[in-house]
Amino acid sequence: MSSSSPPVGAASAAISASEKVDGFTRKSVRKAQRQKRSQGSSQFRSQGSQAELHPLPQLKDATSNEQQELFCQKLQQCCILFDFMDSVSDLKSKEIKRATLNELVEYVSTNRGVIVESAYSDIVKMISANIFRTLPPSDNPDFDPEEDEPTLEASWPHIQLVYEFFLRFLESPDFQPSIAKRYIDQKFVQQLLELFDSEDPRERDFLKTVLHRIYGKFLGLRAFIRKQINNIFLRFIYETEHFNGVAELLEILGSIINGFALPLKAEHKQFLMKVLIPMHTAKGLALFHAQLAYCVVQFLEKDTTLTEPVIRGLLKFWPKTCSQKEVMFLGEIEEILDVIEPTQFKKIEEPLFKQISKCVSSSHFQVAERALYFWNNEYILSLIEENIDKILPIMFGSLYKISKEHWNPTIVALVYNVLKTLMEMNGKLFDDLTGSYKAERQREKKKELEREELWKKLEELKLKKALEKQNSAYNMHSILSNTSDE
Amino acid sequence: MAGAAGPGTGPVAAGGDGDDSLYPIAVLIDELRNEDVQLRLNSIKKLSTIALALGVERTRTELLPFLTDTIYDEDEVLLALAEQLGNFTGLVGGPDFAHCLLPPLESLATVEETVVRDKAVESLRQISQEHTPIALEAHFVPLVKRLASGDWFTSRTSACGLFSVCYPRASNAVKAEIRQHFRSLCSDDTPMVRRAAASKLGEFAKVLELDSVKSEIVPLFTNLASDEQDSVRLLAVEACVSIAQLLSQEDLEALVMPTLRQAAEDKSWRVRYMVADKFSELQKAVGPKITLNDLIPAFQNLLKDCEAEVRAAAAHKVKELCENLPPEGRETIIMNQILPFIKELVSDTNQHVKSALASVIMGLSTILGKENTIEHLLPLFLAQLKDECPEVRLNIISNLDCVNEVIGIRQLSQSLLPAIVELAEDAKWRVRLAIIEYMPLLAGQLGVQFFDEKLNSLCMAWLVDHVYAIREAATNNLMKLVKKFGTEWAQNTIVPKVLVMASDPNYLHRMTTLFCINALSEACGQEITTKQMLPIVLKMAGDQVANVRFNVAKSLQKIGPILDTDALQEEVKPILQKLGQDEDVDVKYFAQEALSAVAQRLRKLDFPAKDSEEPSAPGADKNHFLRPRGPGEDTGKFVPLMSRHTQSERLGWFPRRQ
Repeated sequence: MSSSSPPVGAASAAISASEKVDGFTRKSVRKAQRQKRSQGSSQFRSQGSQAELHPLPQLKDATSNEQQELFCQKLQQCCILFDFMDSVSDLKSKEIKRATLNELVEYVSTNRGVIVESAYSDIVKMISANIFRTLPPSDNPDFDPEEDEPTLEASWPHIQLVYEFFLRFLESPDFQPSIAKRYIDQKFVQQLLELFDSEDPRERDFLKTVLHRIYGKFLGLRAFIRKQINNIFLRFIYETEHFNGVAELLEILGSIINGFALPLKAEHKQFLMKVLIPMHTAKGLALFHAQLAYCVVQFLEKDTTLTEPVIRGLLKFWPKTCSQKEVMFLGEIEEILDVIEPTQFKKIEEPLFKQISKCVSSSHFQVAERALYFWNNEYILSLIEENIDKILPIMFGSLYKISKEHWNPTIVALVYNVLKTLMEMNGKLFDDLTGSYKAERQREKKKELEREELWKKLEELKLKKALEKQNSAYNMHSILSNTSDE
Repeated sequence: MAGAAGPGTGPVAAGGDGDDSLYPIAVLIDELRNEDVQLRLNSIKKLSTIALALGVERTRTELLPFLTDTIYDEDEVLLALAEQLGNFTGLVGGPDFAHCLLPPLESLATVEETVVRDKAVESLRQISQEHTPIALEAHFVPLVKRLASGDWFTSRTSACGLFSVCYPRASNAVKAEIRQHFRSLCSDDTPMVRRAAASKLGEFAKVLELDSVKSEIVPLFTNLASDEQDSVRLLAVEACVSIAQLLSQEDLEALVMPTLRQAAEDKSWRVRYMVADKFSELQKAVGPKITLNDLIPAFQNLLKDCEAEVRAAAAHKVKELCENLPPEGRETIIMNQILPFIKELVSDTNQHVKSALASVIMGLSTILGKENTIEHLLPLFLAQLKDECPEVRLNIISNLDCVNEVIGIRQLSQSLLPAIVELAEDAKWRVRLAIIEYMPLLAGQLGVQFFDEKLNSLCMAWLVDHVYAIREAATNNLMKLVKKFGTEWAQNTIVPKVLVMASDPNYLHRMTTLFCINALSEACGQEITTKQMLPIVLKMAGDQVANVRFNVAKSLQKIGPILDTDALQEEVKPILQKLGQDEDVDVKYFAQEALSAVAQRLRKLDFPAKDSEEPSAPGADKNHFLRPRGPGEDTGKFVPLMSRHTQSERLGWFPRRQ
C-alpha cells in the first residue's frame, strides 16, 4: 500500500504558474502547503484488511458483573488500528473506536474500583498497540523546528484519546504501581522514550506528563529512565544532532534534579558535566536553551562547588560564530551569577571576565548589549565591586577601545555608563589604567612581533634540518644507485 | 614524510644545536598556553617542525610527555594534535619507538567530541602498522584492552575501531583475548558502543579465521541484527555484506540468510531502507542463487514498501540489480518479477520515488533490448515524460542517450516536445538551466528541421530570462548550436533575432546581445561578424547605460581578432578612443584595455604603428585582474549597482537548494 505519503507534485504544480516570480515559490506559500500535511506511521504494513468493528453495549448499561468483562472487550477492540492517511476508509469503524475510547476515558476517571488486577494487562496492551510505532521519516529532510511547521500525526483523533486514557489510568487513585510494574517495565519505558522524537508537539506534551508520572510512581525505573535519557542526549549531541523531544525531556529532568538528595551522587555530576554542558554545542540550542539553563542552575543551587567546572565548561564551548547562541550563553551566565556564592565567584572571575570583555567588544550589537546589561544587575554589580582590582584591568582595554570605536551609538552610550560605574568603584586604579593604556597596547604589539620572529627562526631551523637530511638521503640514494648500476 | 630519519641520523642532528635547541620547546610551551585558540592551534599544526628541531630523543623525552600532560583544550586544538601524531613515527625515531606515541593518543581517544576521537583512532590505526609484532603485543594490545574496558562510553567506542588492526599480527592467546573483548562490546549496555561495534563488525570479520567467523561473529551479528534499537540493527545490515563474502553458500543460507530476511521486513523503516540502500552490495555478496530465491522477493517488497524513503532507495537500485543478474534468464526475471513492480512505481504518489526511478529506468533499455523497450519500457518513459513533477521529467530527458542507442530518439520525439517545452518554462531556474544543457544534444539527435520548428523559439526566449545564469547558459547554448548547424543557419535564424534585442528598452537585454556576439562571432566567422554584428556593437557605444558601454568595449576587444585591419582601424579604433574619454571610470578602463589589445593586433598585422599616444601604459596590464571594479568607486551611479546586481543574482541564490 503506497498511500501513506500525500502527493506532493500536484500541489507544487498548481502554484508554479502563478508564483513564478523568480523561480522560487515564496516561503509562505510553501509553508501553507506543508501545514496541511500530516503523517501516518509505519504500523499498518503488516496488517491485512481491517476487521470491521461492531459496537458493543455501553458500559454504564451493563450490570456490575458484566462490566469488567465488557471493559476488557472494549480494551481489546481498541487494539485494532486504522489507516488515517486514507481519510475515507473504515469511517464507521473509526467512529466506533473513537466513541469507545471516549467511553473508556470516562469510565476510568469517574468510577472507583474499576482498575482491578486482571485489567492491567489489557490496559497496557491497548496503550502499547496504539502509541508504540516506528516514527515515520520526516517529510522535510531539512526540517527546521524554529522555522517550519511540524508534521502532525494523522491518527491523532485516536492517539490523543489513548494518551488521555493512559494519564487517567496512571493518575487514578486505584492505580497500583506494584501491579503495574509487571507491564510497565524497562522495555515499555524504552519505547515510550523513543516516541519523544515525534514531530507532533501535542504528542510530546502528553508524553512529557506521562513520563513524569511514571518517574514519580515507579521507583524501580528511575535509574533506568535517567540512563536512557542520558543515552538519547549523548546520541543527540555526538551522533545525529536531531531529536525533537529534547526540550520536553529537559523539562522532566529539571524537576528530577530538583529532587536529588545531597550530597549529589557521582552519576549526577557526571551527567551535568558530560551531557548537559556539551549539550550547549548543539545547533538547535535555541529550542531548548531555557530548559537546559534551568537544569544547570538547579544543579548549582544544589551544590555550589559545581560552579567552577560548569563555568569553565561553558567557556570551553563558547560560540565562536553564532551571535544568537552567544546571547543565550550570556543569559545563562547571568542566571548562574544570580545564584553564585562570592567564594565561587573568585575562582572563576578571571576567565569569565576575559570572555565577557570579548563579548562587550563584539561587533554584533546584540551580543555587546547583552553583556553590558550585566552592569544593570545589582548582585553582579556588588560582586564586581568586591573584586574590582581583578576585574577592572581585564575589562578596561576593551571598554576603552569600544568607547572610541564601536559603530553602534547605543553600545557606546552603555559603555560610557559602565566605565563611569567602574571609575566610581576604584578611581585610582582607573586612572592608572588610562595612563598605561597606550604603553600596554605597544607592549602587545611588540610581543606580537617577537612571536613572529620566533616562528621564523623555528622555520629556519627546520629548513636546516630538512636540508641536512636531504643531503644524507641523497648520499644514501647515490650510493644505492651506484651499487645497483654495477 | 620524515621516515628517512632513521635512528642513525637522530643523535647527530639533536647534538649539534647547542643552545638553539632549547628554543623550540620554549616557544611551543609559551604558545600552547596562549589565550588565543588560534595561536594554540598554529603551534600544534607546526608540531612536526618543533619535533624536527628538537630531534628524536628530546621529542620522545620532553615533547611527548608534555603533550600527554597538557591534554585539555578546545576540541579544535585536540583534533589537530590527533592528526599530527599519526604521522609522527619518523619524528620519534622510527618504528622502534612508535609506542611512545600511544599515551597521548590514548587520552585523545577518550575525549567526548566524536571528531577528535575518530581522528585519534585513525592515527592509532596508522601507527599500529608501524609497530613490530613484539611491540604490538607489549604496547598496543594493552592499550586496546584498556580502552575496551574503560568506564565512560567514549573509550569503549574508540576501542571498537582498533581490534581489526592488531588482530592479524597477534599471537593465538592474545587473539582469543581480543575476540573476547570485542564480544563484550557487542553486548555493551550503552547503545553508542553497540553501534560502534556493529559498524566495525564486518571489518573485524574479515581478519578473523573462518572458524571464528562462524562460531563467534555470526552469533554477534544475529544479536546485533535483533537489537532493541533500530540504529544498531541497521548497522548490522552493513556488516552483513562483509560477512556474506566470507562464507560458503551453504553456511550463508544457514547462518546469515534468516537474519537478512528478517532485516528486509524489519518493523523500522530505517532498517528496511538500509537493506534497500545496500542492495547491490548484498546481491554481489550472496551470489546469484540466493539472489533469485531470496533477494528478488525481498526487493519486490521494498519496491512496494509503505514508506516512500524505502521505495525511493529501492527504485534507485533497479538498474544495478538488473545489470548484476546472471545473463542467462535475466530477461525473463526482469520481465516477470521486476517490471510489474516498476510499472506501479511510475505512478507512485511520492515524487522522490518517481524521480529516483526516472534516474535509472532508462538504463534498462540496454539490458532488455529494442523490442522489449518499445513494447514495455517506452510507455513508461512516455508516462514519466508527462509527469507532474519537473524533476521526474528532467531525469528522463537527462538520460535520453541510453534510449537513443537502443531505439533512436525519433520514437520519443512526439512526447518529448511537450515535456521539454514545459521544463523550459519551469518556475525553478535550476530546472531551466538543466534543460538548456541538453539542448545541443537534442538538437543533434532531432535534426535542424525539427529544431527550427519546435525548439528554436525556446532557445531565444531563454535569452531574456530574468535569471542571469539562464541568460548566460542560453548564450553558450547558441554558440554550440551554431557549431552544430553551421553559419548559414546562424545567419538566417539566430543572428537577426539576437541583433534586434540591441534596441530593447531593457538594458539587460541589450547587454545580452553583446554577450551573444561575444560567443557567436568566432563560430560565425569574419563576414557575418563584420557585416552584421559590428555595426550594431558600434551603435551601442552611445548607449546611455554605462554597463552597456563598457561591455561594448569588452566586446570589441573580444571580436577584434576576427575583424580585418580596415574595420579595426577605421571603425573600431575611433569608437574605442571615444569611449576612452567616457565620463564613467569603468567604461574608460575597459575602453583603454580594448584599445591596447587592438593596437597590438594592428601591429601584428604589420600595420605602421603610429599610435604612440596610445595609453598602453605598462601598468595597465598588471592591474587588469587586481583592479577592483564597481562598488565604492563612484557615487550612486548605475555601474556599481549593476555589477553588484549580476553577482547577487548568482551568489544570493546559490546556496539554496531548489
